[in-house]
Amino acid sequence: MAERIPRVPVREQDPKVRAHNFEEVCYGYNLEEATTEATRCLHCKNPRCVASCPVGIKIPEFIAKVKEGDIAGAAAIIAEDSSLPAVCGRVCPQESQCEGSCILGVKGEPVAIGKLERFVADHTAASEPAPAAGKVNRGGKKVAVIGSGPAGLACASDLAKAGYDVTIFEALHKAGGVLEYGIPEFRLPKDTVLKREIQAVKDLGVKIETDVIIGRTVTIDSLIDEEGYEAVFVGTGAGLPKFMGIPGENLNGVFSANEFLTRNNLMKAFREDYLTPIHAGRKCCVVGGGNVAMDAARTALRLGADTTIIYRRTEVELPARKEEVHHAKEEGIEFNMLTNPVEILGDEKGWVRAIKCIRMELGEPDESGRRSPVPVPGSEFEIPTETVIMALGTAPNPLIVNTTSGLEATRRGGISADGEGRTTREGIFAGGDAVTGAATVILAMGAGRKAAKAIDEYLKTK
Amino acid sequence: MFKIITREMLTPNICKMVVEAPRIAKAALPGQFLIVRSDEKGERIPLTISDYDREAGTVTIVTQLIGASSAAIIAKEEGEFFSDVVGPLGNPSAFVHESEEELKSRRYIFIAGGVGTAPVYPQAKWLHDRGIAVDVIIGARTKDLFIYTDEIGSACDNLYLCTDDGSAGFHGVGTACLEKLVAEGKQYTHAVAIGPMIMMKFATLTCKKLGIPEDVSLNMLMVDGTGMCGACRVTVAGKTRFACVDGPEFNGYDVDFDEAMRRLGQYKSEETEAKTKMGI
Repeated sequence: MAERIPRVPVREQDPKVRAHNFEEVCYGYNLEEATTEATRCLHCKNPRCVASCPVGIKIPEFIAKVKEGDIAGAAAIIAEDSSLPAVCGRVCPQESQCEGSCILGVKGEPVAIGKLERFVADHTAASEPAPAAGKVNRGGKKVAVIGSGPAGLACASDLAKAGYDVTIFEALHKAGGVLEYGIPEFRLPKDTVLKREIQAVKDLGVKIETDVIIGRTVTIDSLIDEEGYEAVFVGTGAGLPKFMGIPGENLNGVFSANEFLTRNNLMKAFREDYLTPIHAGRKCCVVGGGNVAMDAARTALRLGADTTIIYRRTEVELPARKEEVHHAKEEGIEFNMLTNPVEILGDEKGWVRAIKCIRMELGEPDESGRRSPVPVPGSEFEIPTETVIMALGTAPNPLIVNTTSGLEATRRGGISADGEGRTTREGIFAGGDAVTGAATVILAMGAGRKAAKAIDEYLKTK
Repeated sequence: MFKIITREMLTPNICKMVVEAPRIAKAALPGQFLIVRSDEKGERIPLTISDYDREAGTVTIVTQLIGASSAAIIAKEEGEFFSDVVGPLGNPSAFVHESEEELKSRRYIFIAGGVGTAPVYPQAKWLHDRGIAVDVIIGARTKDLFIYTDEIGSACDNLYLCTDDGSAGFHGVGTACLEKLVAEGKQYTHAVAIGPMIMMKFATLTCKKLGIPEDVSLNMLMVDGTGMCGACRVTVAGKTRFACVDGPEFNGYDVDFDEAMRRLGQYKSEETEAKTKMGI
């Protein structure tokens, strides 16, 4: 057997340079790099990568097209299952999904599936848009999609392709949900990548109405009773920030990651020509270990703060994508593991001056199978800091459940729905973080697609 | 895009605008607010709804020149557009959901100050239209700074004006006026104070002293207004609440005003910088 070529490394911005700008970190593959990497795929008969992809992209087939140099062909294969390939190629946790199951990963490095997906999306967008799927007329039946994040965009795309008259309602002034307000520019460029993918959804005939808060501006009941919508998909995500409930959390200089990132991403605080204020301070502590914590820390760093991540477990348990942790370290972010805040201390004017933490050690595994951290008695210490950003996860917003008759919530505050997205009320479907609580972009897309199928079946038999 | 139908400067730095926003006009109730973004590069500014006309499809906002973003709102002319107007946000005033029978037994006193005078109008009007007893005290530094006196005058039983300098009405602050009214035998079962945080703090102290239950409307810093950012955190009865979704009106007795005032100043240094840059 011939010697296998190693995984083609991807070009990136120098860590010292990128620590001071918001340009994209990863440059992605060029055509030559992509076709070389594509030759590494074994084209398994029973591809484990496809089984581990929440939307079931036909990975070996699109990689075969890349190998042949037929990038448009590769794009068409991806488009059958995903409406946001440029986004997913960048933000999916490939190491625990497709790449994590790649057979090459057993002995060496898996095929760079994410980087190839991204290449295909970027390359074809630069040439010409993929042709929209053929339209079936469903008699102009109107479907409302609430929320323009990954779940809503995926659901709307599939419904539009199936011939429905789809309108997405978005509460913020810009479409994209977490892709717009949450994920920073250096990981997902807005004006080039995200805008393009949202445009592709609009090109399918999907209408997007921004500045409409369902449950306040209009209710789902009025969309159905007065505006003639025959089915509704709720993909409102998990937008409510969690706090720790420790003393000092309302001091000036303590922010939720949502506030900090929304100011920077959606409201473009990093740009001189925008009016949005943001306050990272000279020293910033970010509490949490997920992607949002990494995003907040790397944003604070780029705004000039010396930044530390505080996480109560060890590096092995960090829920963030490996690549983000790696990038954060390269950029000079300090990681304080097995550490948990107990109090935030303020100065005489009510501004943060330090965060008081306690050392932790790993105890018995909890219900998630992870060893749960327990405090080490008497190990309290202070880290001086000017700002604290809480990145502890988010919960679904109860607004829609509270304002829609017949819709029930789960014990954890999500919308109660089955595996196909059917809620407790006929004609209303839900999926993504709004149902499950905070998860990933791709799982939300998967849920949006499943619900689109269920909506189609429902409307065909109605 | 949301069209500005009329624009009028009420004082040298308070501006009233009627804006076309049919969906909001249809849904708005007293006590709610909305968020305006003047243009692509502006902030999202929360403003209490000062009036709404369901038939005309318009809402009225009253903006005080404070920082760079409020300046950008005020700079708009009649016939121009705001990029975004979103709402109505927050909960309506508690009385909206109470029975008329219950309300008939009440006597309301509103204590209004500064730009907070405008949102008193839809509340007083709502009650007055239903025959519920409403008196209003409006306080200002000097007589030229009064706003909404005609509108509110027609939406209440008695209007009391007071000025710090004695140039019109009662000579003194609104709370002193309230004490005087009560001393003269006026009886109020409910109070609502809307105005600068410091004024609401003192209104609360006075209401406590007089034993009148009181609500206040907190206009905190916010980004989205839907519970997402948590910038509007306030401590109410020892618990952290979000002014946007849990409020904006709270029982004044329970609000930690000192913390609220401190949190309002969180971006002061950045604001000053922006103002200097814009030459305001």
